Amino acid sequence: MEFAELIKTPRADNVVLHRPFHPAVEGTLCLTGHHLIFSSRRHDNAEELWLLHSNIDSIEKRFVGSLGTIAIKCKDLRIIQLDIPGMEECLNIASSIEALSTLDSVTLMYPFFYRPMFEVVEDGWSSFLLEQEFELLSSMTNEWRLSCVNKDFSVCPSYPPVVIVPKSLDDEALRKVALFRHGGRFPVLSYYHKKNGMAMMRSSQPLTGTNGRRCKEDEKLVNSTLRSGRRGFVIDTRPLPVAQQARAKGGGFEQEVYYPQWRRIHKYIERFNILQESFIKLVEACNDQSHNMDRWLSKLEASNWLTHIKELLTAACLAAQCIDREGASVLVHGSEGTDSTLQVTSLAQIILDPRCRTIRGFEALVVREWLQAGHPFQQRCAQSAYSNSKQKWEAPVFLLFLECVWQIHRQFPCSFEFNEQFLIMLFEHAYASQFGTFLGNNENERAKLKLPQKTMSLWSWVNRPEELSRFQNPLYEANSLVIWPSVAPQSLQLWEGVFLRWNRPSKFLEEAEEETINIIKYNKELQAKVNALRRQLAEMETDEEVQEEQ
Amino acid sequence: VENVRLLDRFSSRRAVLGTLYLTATHVIFVENGSETRKETWVLHSQISSIEKQATTATGCPLLIRCKNFQVIQLVIPQERDCHDIYISLIRLARPVKYEELYCFSFNPKLDKEERGQGWKLVDLNEEYNRMGVPNNYWQISDVNRDYGVCDSYPTEVYVPKSATAHIIVGSSKFRSRRRFPALSYYCKANNASICRSSQPLSGFSARCLEDEQMLQAIRKANPGSDFIYVVDTRPKLNAMANRAAGKGYENEDNYSNIKFQFIGIENIHVMRNSLQKMLEVCELKSPSMSDFLWGLENSGWLKHIKAIMDAGIFIAKAVAEEGVSVLVHCSDGWDRTAQVCSVASLLLDPYYRTMKGFMVLIEKDWISFGHKFNHRYGNLDGDPKEISPVIDQFIECVWQLMEQFPCAFEFNERFLIHIQHHIYSCQFGNFLCNSQKERRELKIKERTYSLWAHLWKNRADYLNPLYKSDHSQTQGTLHPQIAPCNFLYKFWSGMYNRFEKGLHPRQSVTDYLMAVKEETQQLEEELEVLQERLASLQKSQSGDNKAKSKQQDRSKQFGLYTSNNSLANTPQEYGNDLKSFPSRSPSQGDEEDSALILTQDNLKSSDPDLSANSDQESGVEDLSCRSPSVGGCLPSEDSGKDSDEAVFLAG
Repeated sequence: MEFAELIKTPRADNVVLHRPFHPAVEGTLCLTGHHLIFSSRRHDNAEELWLLHSNIDSIEKRFVGSLGTIAIKCKDLRIIQLDIPGMEECLNIASSIEALSTLDSVTLMYPFFYRPMFEVVEDGWSSFLLEQEFELLSSMTNEWRLSCVNKDFSVCPSYPPVVIVPKSLDDEALRKVALFRHGGRFPVLSYYHKKNGMAMMRSSQPLTGTNGRRCKEDEKLVNSTLRSGRRGFVIDTRPLPVAQQARAKGGGFEQEVYYPQWRRIHKYIERFNILQESFIKLVEACNDQSHNMDRWLSKLEASNWLTHIKELLTAACLAAQCIDREGASVLVHGSEGTDSTLQVTSLAQIILDPRCRTIRGFEALVVREWLQAGHPFQQRCAQSAYSNSKQKWEAPVFLLFLECVWQIHRQFPCSFEFNEQFLIMLFEHAYASQFGTFLGNNENERAKLKLPQKTMSLWSWVNRPEELSRFQNPLYEANSLVIWPSVAPQSLQLWEGVFLRWNRPSKFLEEAEEETINIIKYNKELQAKVNALRRQLAEMETDEEVQEEQ
Repeated sequence: VENVRLLDRFSSRRAVLGTLYLTATHVIFVENGSETRKETWVLHSQISSIEKQATTATGCPLLIRCKNFQVIQLVIPQERDCHDIYISLIRLARPVKYEELYCFSFNPKLDKEERGQGWKLVDLNEEYNRMGVPNNYWQISDVNRDYGVCDSYPTEVYVPKSATAHIIVGSSKFRSRRRFPALSYYCKANNASICRSSQPLSGFSARCLEDEQMLQAIRKANPGSDFIYVVDTRPKLNAMANRAAGKGYENEDNYSNIKFQFIGIENIHVMRNSLQKMLEVCELKSPSMSDFLWGLENSGWLKHIKAIMDAGIFIAKAVAEEGVSVLVHCSDGWDRTAQVCSVASLLLDPYYRTMKGFMVLIEKDWISFGHKFNHRYGNLDGDPKEISPVIDQFIECVWQLMEQFPCAFEFNERFLIHIQHHIYSCQFGNFLCNSQKERRELKIKERTYSLWAHLWKNRADYLNPLYKSDHSQTQGTLHPQIAPCNFLYKFWSGMYNRFEKGLHPRQSVTDYLMAVKEETQQLEEELEVLQERLASLQKSQSGDNKAKSKQQDRSKQFGLYTSNNSLANTPQEYGNDLKSFPSRSPSQGDEEDSALILTQDNLKSSDPDLSANSDQESGVEDLSCRSPSVGGCLPSEDSGKDSDEAVFLAG
């Protein structure tokens, strides 16, 4: 397919661009296969706006006489408005944008066309291999092994080719366990707590069905993580009634009789359309222009967004607490094990593992617990809060995770190597990107699409020193402790950086950020100077002593 | 009384045993056992209510609510003791004479001269001069020299030069409580001013020539503008109701060249109830997000804060952008008027955003113009209907602005919280009584100490590290966003949940940056010393060795100390009883604020946070969201062991 076919009017002049907190500007609008480009040459400061078509969530067109207006609502929640003279031009442009922003074939997406302008120092596609992770694990314990049972994705289509499993189980047993778990997602290692040797595993629900099926290998697998005489905890992200209902559809939960050493805890983490609706309502409230304070608070409340945040953080804290404080191993799962399960396991690691609070460590966490673990990014992030499509599989699961990280970050502003911008950047790229990292729903699909060969990895770009400097938290001081956030409502706030990003003037906050950086930079410079002088003096003094002795 | 248990608000399991002491000025709870013997001090004047609850098997519970939003729950073993304490506290918390207040016995060991110096720190004459008056348009009037015209006004007030004593007195007779229009803020740059008064006694048709002349005079004092705004900060309905009682508002037809404007800020009774409702929400044991947001909305608190801010923004805009003078009043002109004038001044003039300037602002718009501190904050036993968090709201407005303009204020959040504390503590004389007249009669300045001097002495604790006097945010008028801005107003947990340390961010960016800045300063000094030494060393390569080694010792003291890391390394562990699986607030034996350590020795009882220090573990809650069946069935054998395990990692 040629993009040109979709672009009836590639260029329009005298277009006026409106953005919140910016004066309106007049300029030229161009459409290319993947971008909407607006450029103005006001005075001497030429301004350009490049918008990926895939970032466009929905558009609305209006006409006043022959002047058409297109409101473009983006997946990063920004809303811009273009006034285009000429009814036909406007209609053409609107329909082109609509078509180009809803391409149904992945291989037509921009990452397949994007050619980086920077030199690739380190290929992000091979930056975070599970093998490296395992090497690190092996230095701490020998109870685990790498299994290639899924190397052709036949045992579990949503798992990566290699996984870490207890040493005591061979691949044959794993195949049996896979048949007993929804989607073949047998329990695998998610996190090993060095401090006390406890493990966190994740899986999908067991297929017990109504007649209480059991699987000896499954029991053996989960039990192999227990120390003798100790118990473990199964954290089921569904409430008990939902888990019980799941049996009717062949699913279910671990029954006490077969898993006597395990205690089951049911938490309630919302899924799918409930989350999506909550997201839509929240964004609506944030965009509400009315002046009524009461309506804001009740709309915020009605969106339930912060409730979901609270529930999620609570579940993650619980998992972390079982491991760190109870000294117990934990198995986390919901139904499919691709959404709430991953939210819980990855947040628990943020709380427990200082490494996950570094930039590199956090990237590894996203790769390991989200991309390789088979969170269906393409389905979940197909649309954002402005879409009308309301597909069942769309849900801001990853965004919720990022926001929870932000909430913890806010409570421990000195314990993270990255800053808020880093999290916002990940949110943007999960929804629309020039990089291939978040394309596809699992490793299997990514392999079929040959993403590593055909597209650039987000990490190749982010990890360049020039880019990294934007994402560093100036206040960072490595903190080797477990960080327990408060989940009381008073402690949780709306993530303004994402939800009010385009609706509030950020100048003053940015200035504060800049000032912070300056204060710390100046301090470091002085330290360096003082150290250098000290050294110099020490040298001179020893020289002198030597001289005097002679 | 011995064997008293201090309960944790969130978990009955976290109670501590100790001894309760009642002194003439404080309630003191000293913990048994632990080496630290943590102490909780509460000033009697901070107590807002005491509640004796039904006796249980374990004893008699006593709930003490404080005006600084601390809530203390005690269980006293003997019913009789509890009753005695209850009766004593009720009496002690409601003194009837000013002489019973703490400030008359509080002695920070300063001599008479130092005390006098302290009171001179904030000088309103100096402040009016700074604003640029007296000048061609404004003069000081002595009509109220002996409080003869208005007993709630100061003796020295600034009025337009063209307003004769006759006009002032005439106007005062036409105003509630004779609070005639007087200058609050003068803008040197464009001659526009903010004046304040009470409502006119206009009823349905009354008018007063002198009052009309007075407003005329205010307009003439600003030659650049041909009208003035008259801002009535009440809701229109309230103002109209007042007309029936012979009061009311200015009729535009009677006054030449005024533009009249209502700004609906509710009265003190609405505000009191609103705070009450919000505090109920803060006190909920484990609220869901919906409970909290609903409660917050229902209280209407943030709506009221926004109304006050909107009024201030309107006036600041009129003065700065339109160059038009404004006369502000409400009913008596001492509550809403004080709020609105001070918010507007703060927006207009960067000076008020400095530490000293903020003290001056409170002195000017609140203390000198007769805000009724005694009645509003219940220092002496009085009519509970007079109590209202008027200045609390102003202080919150400042905090809301600090959130929006992080570099604009010289002081930090702690400064605001400590001022709020001392408005209620009665430890310093500044906020005593209802007017300047009463304070003079009581000889406050000779008998008590000034809070401003105390804050100024410890100003290092109150600095905002992001403030730079040459930063753009510290210049000129602040322009808060007007619409849509609802989401810019946030719940201030640092104030209303200030004693629940577990709810707050565990690492303070402010403290961290202050530590960095302090270190930077030491580095600068060391750098200088090193450079000097280097120079001298290079000059005389055969200098005296001994002298040098001495110097070296000195530089070692400067050594790159790492105390600023202490923040990041604050122990952070749950010390929770694991039976209950708390997933929340770690009770990470939070280290005392460094700032508090500094002031602890000499000002033990004056520091608002001191009592909090001994209660560091508050804020630990049971996990509210766990399913009830889960909590009970967790293995209990681990719990005892685990709580000993709390790790306090140092360095």
